[in-house]
Amino acid sequence: MIKSELIQKIAVANPHLYHRDVEHIVNIIFDEIIEALARGDRVELRGFGAFTVKRRAPRLGRNPRTGATVSVSEKHVPFFKTGKELRDRLNNGNHHDISH
Amino acid sequence: MTSKTLTRADLAEAVVERIGLPRNESQELVELVLKEISSTLAEGEAVKLSSFGSFGIREKRERIGRNPKTGEEVPITPRKVLVFRPSNIMKNRVNNGNIRRRSAI
Repeated sequence: MIKSELIQKIAVANPHLYHRDVEHIVNIIFDEIIEALARGDRVELRGFGAFTVKRRAPRLGRNPRTGATVSVSEKHVPFFKTGKELRDRLNNGNHHDISH
Repeated sequence: MTSKTLTRADLAEAVVERIGLPRNESQELVELVLKEISSTLAEGEAVKLSSFGSFGIREKRERIGRNPKTGEEVPITPRKVLVFRPSNIMKNRVNNGNIRRRSAI
């Protein structure tokens, strides 16, 4: 599923909203997550997962082709940890029919 | 500077502030977005959100693990794990924001 398909699904479920408003809303949600991480905050969505920022310390790296040493500066990278409920759904999803 | 934790309510609040949609409706929309993504992933399909990132599923084979307390060997059953790959846009915004924040201290 790509973003336009997600927007389409939300739009179908909310016929009273204009398609372009739904598009705007979906973008605001993802934008807010990025903004929070850019501020150094974390976003915890129970059942879904948590977005956090991990700091990578500066280090000395190597150019694999020339072997020359290069200094790599400190980095902050987004990280997602899957929530328990979603993790369980990924693995029990197949057995869903059997359990009922 | 202490870091905050945002929740669904904060995402809904952003929708309220920026579009002026009622709060309860904004909350429902945030919930629906997460639900659609979860259901798609639960069916084994990847979710790619341009300018944000992509959620993919990786199949892990069975491997031998160890109970760290007892040292006992136990098989870890094959399983599916979710992996999130942030887009370059997200990576840059998050990195730049945090570098700027730290250098401002």
